[in-house]
Amino acid sequence: MIAEKTNTAQQIIDAISSTAGKVNFINDQALTDALLYLENKGIPTNKHEDYKYCNVDAILKKEFKNFSQKFKDVNLDEDLRLADTVTLVVVNGNYSEVLSDKVILKGLHINSFNQLNENGKDIITSQADVKKDAFIALNTAFSGQGFHLQVEKNTQLQIPIHIIYVSSCEGEALINPRNIIEIGQNAEATLIEHYVTAQNGKVFSNFLSEKLIHENARLISYTIQDEGDKGFSVNTNQVKLEKAAHYDNTTIILSGQLTRNNHNVVISGENSEAHLNGLFVTDNTQLVDNHTLMDHQVPHCQSNELYKGIIKGKSTGVFNGKIFVRKDAQKTNAYQSSKNILLSDDASINTKPELEIYADDVKCSHGTSTGKIDESAMFYLNARGISPDAAKIMLLNAFAGEVIDKIIPESLKELVQKKLGFK
Amino acid sequence: MITIKNLHASVDGKEILRGINLEVKAGEIHAIMGPNGSGKSTLSSVLAGKEDYEVTEGEVIFNGKNLLEMAPDVRAKEGLFLAFQYPVEIPGVSNINFLKTALNEKRAYEGKEPIEAKNFLALVKEKQKLVELDGKLANRSVNEGFSGGEKKRNEIFQMAVLDPKLAILDETDSGLDIDALRIVANGVNSLKTKENSYIVITHYQRLLDHIIPDFVHILYNGRIVKSGTKELALELEAKGYDEIKKEFEKESV
Repeated sequence: MIAEKTNTAQQIIDAISSTAGKVNFINDQALTDALLYLENKGIPTNKHEDYKYCNVDAILKKEFKNFSQKFKDVNLDEDLRLADTVTLVVVNGNYSEVLSDKVILKGLHINSFNQLNENGKDIITSQADVKKDAFIALNTAFSGQGFHLQVEKNTQLQIPIHIIYVSSCEGEALINPRNIIEIGQNAEATLIEHYVTAQNGKVFSNFLSEKLIHENARLISYTIQDEGDKGFSVNTNQVKLEKAAHYDNTTIILSGQLTRNNHNVVISGENSEAHLNGLFVTDNTQLVDNHTLMDHQVPHCQSNELYKGIIKGKSTGVFNGKIFVRKDAQKTNAYQSSKNILLSDDASINTKPELEIYADDVKCSHGTSTGKIDESAMFYLNARGISPDAAKIMLLNAFAGEVIDKIIPESLKELVQKKLGFK
Repeated sequence: MITIKNLHASVDGKEILRGINLEVKAGEIHAIMGPNGSGKSTLSSVLAGKEDYEVTEGEVIFNGKNLLEMAPDVRAKEGLFLAFQYPVEIPGVSNINFLKTALNEKRAYEGKEPIEAKNFLALVKEKQKLVELDGKLANRSVNEGFSGGEKKRNEIFQMAVLDPKLAILDETDSGLDIDALRIVANGVNSLKTKENSYIVITHYQRLLDHIIPDFVHILYNGRIVKSGTKELALELEAKGYDEIKKEFEKESV
């Protein structure tokens, strides 16, 4: 078994090493640790508890025979730009200054990793632990030329930053986009991370973001995943909240053959709050696997999660929400809810709440529901003259609306509604 | 308007309607009364096209067409309206958008253009007044968080906007206080014309003090066992259902 595991990882390492240069913005220790982790642990199979429904090893073996790493230039689809936002573009894992807007917002600094000085580089591996997960290790070993986005303390950014991650290749390719987002003390920002493909080939995108929200800062973030039927991705967010910080993420999964999200939130400062919302609409043979972790380390914090799935065809959805309340984290309020609609007999959903609570004065709850379209609501609408097709659209819109209504930027909300196509 | 001939219907293999015959002409109000479990709500569900019921025998002709062959939404587009005994709450669907969609689907079916926004708002305002429905409720999700009385008034409000040929009121009086009952009845009476008809299904006579029926039928064990004029309802109220039960027990078992 071990040999088989390392096999996939080793193949990737061999294939990528010949084309990738040395990643010079990550320190040698982290690079060594990352490669060692990959060699020892390999790419996870379904024997790994966290990847029970998402056998990435098998999927990679089946779908990717030869990482040829032949990338193509990208002409950015202008429709992707959103009104009233600043656009940054990352092509095949590398930050593109040419395609990005020239940013002149006061208090906002964007530097690609190779522009950082030696001290600045230390922050790159400060949040994500390379010894914890194969995809963090893989990204660290072969990271693309990412960027550090910093909002200075006391800066309230009024305009959302829209980061478009676009991939384009021939044959098969692995890309490792990476960033670090830092919201300074008392600062506030809105971030839209948007993943698309513009290629004929197959892409395995192994994204990693480290987000650091300093004291009394606020980050509203959106994750829009629309990578098409040749898009395979693992998307890791490693977020840390300091004192009285606020983090709010809404994830919308529109397409992608494989979408595995690891959204880890470490609440390390008192009086902080975190909200994770998600909506996934899947069809055909898609696999969408959402793993969230709320790690409550300190007292007086709140977290809230709402994930909703609409699952069609032969697709599979997963929601695994872990809430970890440590011994010191008294007066924690943590809630979690997962609601799903199955639209075909071959569609499946696996939901698993995982609560590990070591403090005794906390309020934690979770709920999950899975069903078909509500028949009594359907009949009520039909009995008023609304045809079954139109009624279904109304009911799915209503179901999805609970998550979509959390999107504040109007141009983004419109894009999502248009893409979802219930309407 | 509607002719029901020898209608038999079952749910889960159990026969509930056992040969209903009824004719309702344009401009008439018919009341159907009966004890619990007699088949009153089954009749309304079967006419509206609820899937759970299987029609095993008989036919229903609605304005010259075979009603039982139509999908529920087509029945509504043809002018049938069911005021639900238990209106369904639909979170996330706004009352007003729902009604606009329903009205425009009906208009499209009739070959008409969608209603202009301005005219729709005027229509909504007018009909809300009729059933004294708070304008705020129109913008909320369908029936969500409505009181029992508000739900029933919302049914009559929808009926007023959709302007059906035949409306079936399924125990619309249940759970209503006397003021709400009066409001609902006034709404129905002011919508009444020579062209439209009502089937009023009720357990109690009191609604019929406000909505005066042309005919009263008593449903028992899945059959109409007695028909008459409005006096029959008063007689029933005085004697109670036990009399009916005794009288028809033998032949219906």
